[in-house]
Amino acid sequence: MIDMKKLTVSSSPQIHSADSTAKIMWTVVLSLIPAGIWGVYAFGMTALVVILVSIAAAVGSEALLSLIDKKMTVGDGSAVLTGLLVGYNMPPQIPLYIPAIASVFAIVVVKWSFGGLGANWMNPALAGRVFVFFSWTGPMTKWLLPSVRGVDAVTGPTPLGSLKSAYFATSLNVSGPIEFLQSEGLPVTYKDLFLGNIPGSIGEISALLLLLGGLFLLMRKIITWHVPVVYMGSFAVLIWVFGGLRMGTGFFSGDILFHLLSGGLVLGALFMATDMATTPLTEKGNIIFGLGCGFLTFLIRIYGSLPEAVSLSIIVMNMFVPVIDRYTKIKKFGSADVREVRGE
Amino acid sequence: MSNYKTFPKGGIHPPDNISNTGDKGIRNASLPTRAVIPMSQHIGVPAECIVSVGDTIEEEQLIGKATGYVSVPVHSSIPGKVVEIKEIYLAHGKKSEAVVVELGGEFKRMGKVQKTFNWNTYSDDEIIKKITSMGIAGQGGATFPTHVKLVLPEGKECDYLLINAAECEPYLTSDQNLIQEKADEIVEGLKILKKILTPQKIIFAIENNKMASAQAMSEAVAKSDIDVDIDILKVKYPQGAEKNIIKSCTGKEVPSGKLPLEIGMVVLNVETVFSIYEALVFEKPLVERIVTVSGGAVKSPKTLRVKIGTTYRELLEECDGITEEPVKVISGGPMMGFGIFDLDTPVTKGTSGILFLTKKEVKSAGQTSCIACGRCIKACPMGLNPTEVNKLSLNFLFEEAQEMGLLDCVECGSCAFVCPAHIPLVQSFRMGKNQLRAILMEKKVANR
Repeated sequence: MIDMKKLTVSSSPQIHSADSTAKIMWTVVLSLIPAGIWGVYAFGMTALVVILVSIAAAVGSEALLSLIDKKMTVGDGSAVLTGLLVGYNMPPQIPLYIPAIASVFAIVVVKWSFGGLGANWMNPALAGRVFVFFSWTGPMTKWLLPSVRGVDAVTGPTPLGSLKSAYFATSLNVSGPIEFLQSEGLPVTYKDLFLGNIPGSIGEISALLLLLGGLFLLMRKIITWHVPVVYMGSFAVLIWVFGGLRMGTGFFSGDILFHLLSGGLVLGALFMATDMATTPLTEKGNIIFGLGCGFLTFLIRIYGSLPEAVSLSIIVMNMFVPVIDRYTKIKKFGSADVREVRGE
Repeated sequence: MSNYKTFPKGGIHPPDNISNTGDKGIRNASLPTRAVIPMSQHIGVPAECIVSVGDTIEEEQLIGKATGYVSVPVHSSIPGKVVEIKEIYLAHGKKSEAVVVELGGEFKRMGKVQKTFNWNTYSDDEIIKKITSMGIAGQGGATFPTHVKLVLPEGKECDYLLINAAECEPYLTSDQNLIQEKADEIVEGLKILKKILTPQKIIFAIENNKMASAQAMSEAVAKSDIDVDIDILKVKYPQGAEKNIIKSCTGKEVPSGKLPLEIGMVVLNVETVFSIYEALVFEKPLVERIVTVSGGAVKSPKTLRVKIGTTYRELLEECDGITEEPVKVISGGPMMGFGIFDLDTPVTKGTSGILFLTKKEVKSAGQTSCIACGRCIKACPMGLNPTEVNKLSLNFLFEEAQEMGLLDCVECGSCAFVCPAHIPLVQSFRMGKNQLRAILMEKKVANR
């Protein structure tokens, strides 16, 4: 017979969907693993060490803060995810204290000091990355050519980084970024960009594996299409219309594919600009957020002096989230009055 | 694209779990040897007990009389002797006086040829009086006194009569099976309602996972002389919530804070219509109802016809007991039902189901902070921002929560079902509403 004392008596609903915070976080971690494996394959074991140090620093900070809060929160997976993303945003040969500091900054300053999980208003991993980028710009912009190109531990600029020099050249006679890089002796193909055969941050180079991971999250309904599609879409339109101006090829000549596949755009649009806590609540809000990210990324990439625009765009848009939420409230059911409904 | 009707905003898709008992017919449950019949089985003032311990009573005898307008009488479901009058806990956790009847003596209706009455000869008032005296309360779960809904106030008209057979709660198959067995009787009930409400249109609404029942109903309508639109609704919870089903069927939104009648709608649950039929044609009071006994822990789930006052314990035995230890026993559906702590709780007029749920079905998990995923907003059928209302409520900002729509919440549980942080949102809204009503009452008194 039933032991009535063991029954749970709680407020309705009595059943729940299979999701939980921890499940979401761990699923995102899982979806990121293929791109990380590619990064380690391309840049060697130092890349793996960078990732592991980032995770260890993030989890370590979370665990120490849990002692203060007297509530262990490491198991929810969010610290692991933050650490993983910090690692993915690092150059492969970075001195290890830099990712460690980025992770600690992300967890302690950006997340914990604002109230912990869900209360942070800026993406912790990106904030950590931007913090160390401006503190140690030298090591943060020293890149490694992937060993899959047949060379070992040779440094070189990222495609986006070398493209910046084109914008400041006095005379250019190229059709677009691909030809410019060719002329600079740094040839890349669209295939290299798509598969991740380029210098860059550990986890950002393989557009293919990141897209597959993002697709997995879409299918698991952990992210929705709104931010990634609107972000990449609006960015692509702006690049197409104005991207050619700085290459001297005029309007409507921007190289969409090059810009979509280079830098941290795919990683950012699929995994950072979709972070639940730091993005708007409604679909409409997320569309506005995506538009803002697309515009800022375009602006910084084409007209800014920094090669990497994605992190800055997303954290600037994070600041707009409260105001977006305020003006994108959904309409309550039954807001019309009786006369209107009756058609009087 | 299917052309099934639905409401546009919000809603969720929990597994419906109706295959164990759906389309499998209704079985009569064994008679209770002791019926525990509460005086409060409806919303409103409890009935007043008019029998004493030691009294011998007949089947269907009046044992509790209605006290006031928003109240309904209570009849005994079995003949026998009153052995005890005591206070018990009802499924929703409130206390009620209950009459305990020990089975004995002869049934005057059960097993006999039933005498029929011709309701066509009654005036509208007489019909309403019959419905009132037969103790009918809404059997969808809310148990609002039915006669109150049927008497239209001065100046109000019924444009649409909407019969709610959505049965959107998972597991429940009471309405679904009743329709298949009693479609003609339900149509007769609709005729009675048509006479007193004179609606322009009658709509019968059912979800598209109960097509056999929809078919039975359209056949019954086809061979009758009454016009009824059969609206097939998309399976989506809470399709059967009153304001949502109105939106799905007619496209109209009942204004916030108003009753459906304000826009000319009367909505009745399908089993209530059947009870109205029995009350008029057989003069039979509401003493039995259909109860779905289901859930992963039950050995043989069944849809049962149960005498009011039968205990959950007896119904579980009727279904061959449990196969594994349940973690929750629920009165009603899993989305809006109540967790109970005593198997001797009796079936009342509002008990649509009794569920014995396993750990695997309940899927509880520890609570974390809100991660602002926005899923609750997407799930809310009333267009609210549940996480915001929750934060305001928990910070005792009840009037601010009211502005955000706290009183529009229908407690359907969609938000809490999807919340990955497992925040008990509905519990917080219930608390908030109670506090808010107290504040509003105080203000009203102060302004006098």
